[in-house]
Amino acid sequence: MKYRTIEHSADIGIEVEACSLEELFAGAATGMLSLIVDPATVAPEAPRDVTLDAGDLEELMFKWLNELLYLLGAEGLLPSRIQVHRVEELRIEASVWGEPAEAGRHQALEEIKAATYHDMRVEHREDGWFARIIFDV
Amino acid sequence: MFDPGGCGMEGLKRVSEYKWEMPIGFKPGMRVPGTIFADEELVELAGRDRALEQVANVASLPGIVSRSLAMPDIHWGYGFPIGGVAAFSSDGVVSPGGVGFDISCGVRLVKTNLTEGDVLPGLADLLAAIAATVPRGLGSRGPIHSPEAVLRNVFRGGAKAVVGMGYGREGDLEHAERGGVYEGANPDAVSARAYERGKDQLGTLGSGNHFLEVQVVEKVIRGEVAREFGLFEGQVTVMIHSGSRGVGHQVCTDYLQVMDRVVKRTGIELPDRQLACAPLGSQEAVEYMGAMACAGNYAVSNRQALMHWVRRAFERHFNSPESRLGMDLLFDVSHNTARMETHEVEGRRLDVCVHRKGATASFPAGHPEVPAAYASTGQPVIIPGDMGTHSYVLAGSHEAMKESFGSTCHGAGRTMSRTKAKKTIDGAELRARLKSRGILVVAGTDALLAEEAPEAYKDVTRVVDVCEGAGLSRKVAMLRPMGVIKG
Repeated sequence: MKYRTIEHSADIGIEVEACSLEELFAGAATGMLSLIVDPATVAPEAPRDVTLDAGDLEELMFKWLNELLYLLGAEGLLPSRIQVHRVEELRIEASVWGEPAEAGRHQALEEIKAATYHDMRVEHREDGWFARIIFDV
Repeated sequence: MFDPGGCGMEGLKRVSEYKWEMPIGFKPGMRVPGTIFADEELVELAGRDRALEQVANVASLPGIVSRSLAMPDIHWGYGFPIGGVAAFSSDGVVSPGGVGFDISCGVRLVKTNLTEGDVLPGLADLLAAIAATVPRGLGSRGPIHSPEAVLRNVFRGGAKAVVGMGYGREGDLEHAERGGVYEGANPDAVSARAYERGKDQLGTLGSGNHFLEVQVVEKVIRGEVAREFGLFEGQVTVMIHSGSRGVGHQVCTDYLQVMDRVVKRTGIELPDRQLACAPLGSQEAVEYMGAMACAGNYAVSNRQALMHWVRRAFERHFNSPESRLGMDLLFDVSHNTARMETHEVEGRRLDVCVHRKGATASFPAGHPEVPAAYASTGQPVIIPGDMGTHSYVLAGSHEAMKESFGSTCHGAGRTMSRTKAKKTIDGAELRARLKSRGILVVAGTDALLAEEAPEAYKDVTRVVDVCEGAGLSRKVAMLRPMGVIKG
């Protein structure tokens, strides 16, 4: 799995390539989180389980990334390690490790407001899976 | 390499010095033409990425009235372009993507009776006092804990509710759009998740492009209007730029999914999934409008609470009550909204839903929504520039009612991506450069600072000059930053 940030005039995006859907969703989450904070500064404390369903893969990606932003916004949970157990039949089952965000100790690299549908891609290509997500910053 | 795929200016027709027409057919599916208010350089910048394509995409939405508009600070957004304005008739739609995630993000300007000379000697201490009082940065929580009952009150009552809680004074409400309250708020249309996200974020600045600035009125451009606004050269002001925080983000996230289902059910064809929408009057649209108004009220309340912290910091620093420091609110404007308004379209008065995504209302003298204090001048329009140059106070205009559904620009508009800014600009060097020009900066990290560097933005003076040239607003005063606090 590999991800890279991509240029957008006002916002920011990532592109992810992976061999499996599980890797793709884990990579998108890792890519997004690396925009928010340096993961090395976050301790992977007791995991949270996340299960989500959707009508298509793009919606599943939209819900998955925004779920992580919800955990950060509502509960202050800053994830540092992601494990995607299964992506099957438009359902994702994952575990998220992290710790409460602390303004003094964790430096924000970027405030991501949301993952958007704009120009989103979640597709199978000849050499594996590909995703592109643009964030509202 | 990711290609932003700019479609260029090919196909645009210049109709006057500051106005470009995008004919139907610029992109398939357009129902109405587009108009871009810009000079040659600004329109050329818009053609480099996908901003113009987004003007065309908006023009393809059902029920769009007259034209898809772009203000001079247009740039590539997600869904609507930033700087996009569009009005929809009763057989049209409302689109959460036309408002954005940061619902009712906006700016307010607080006046003082202090001069630059009063503030300059202790500026670093004053900034430190404000920075210590205002919660900001990652995971920041405010001291106003807001369980559901409090949030319901804020969602319904906006700034009026938080003034009632002791964060401000009655006079503040006379100097905000619609008295600081969005009509039509329905707290039952807001999800439990949005309540959860809102419970500790009232009165927090956030991060990214949000900021607090201590400024000085460098130049009065229209003396008579400035006098009515209570602005004079050398006067210190404070600008507050923030939005609806997690509440707005969650409301938009929730309703994008609702609208996505409506689109599937009704077969509305969209060029971009982020433009998901619902017919005005449908249950989904009514609920979104009710929830959006709640988030709008949270945003105005947030800026009201932030102003309260700023006043407290000034009081401590100058050892004087804020009222004696003349800390009156000039105005509060929101630049991410969708609202029902009455406009004259081709000789008929029509009730339309006006979306402003990165655009500010610019209502003229005598407009029913302009508060009594500004009845003779038109509403103040507050335009934050980048931290190294200037910000502006403008006034609404009659021409805007004819040209742009009563709208003008909202800022400078980015011209360099955040990733490129981080790669090419050294935050520490920037901090030193600004300091050498008399601008002190308090920021979370150098990287965040670099992203917001002046060179990442268009020239705000050029943008407001085009607005003036096109008649969308009138320049009243130019403000220079003295101290900047970033989230």
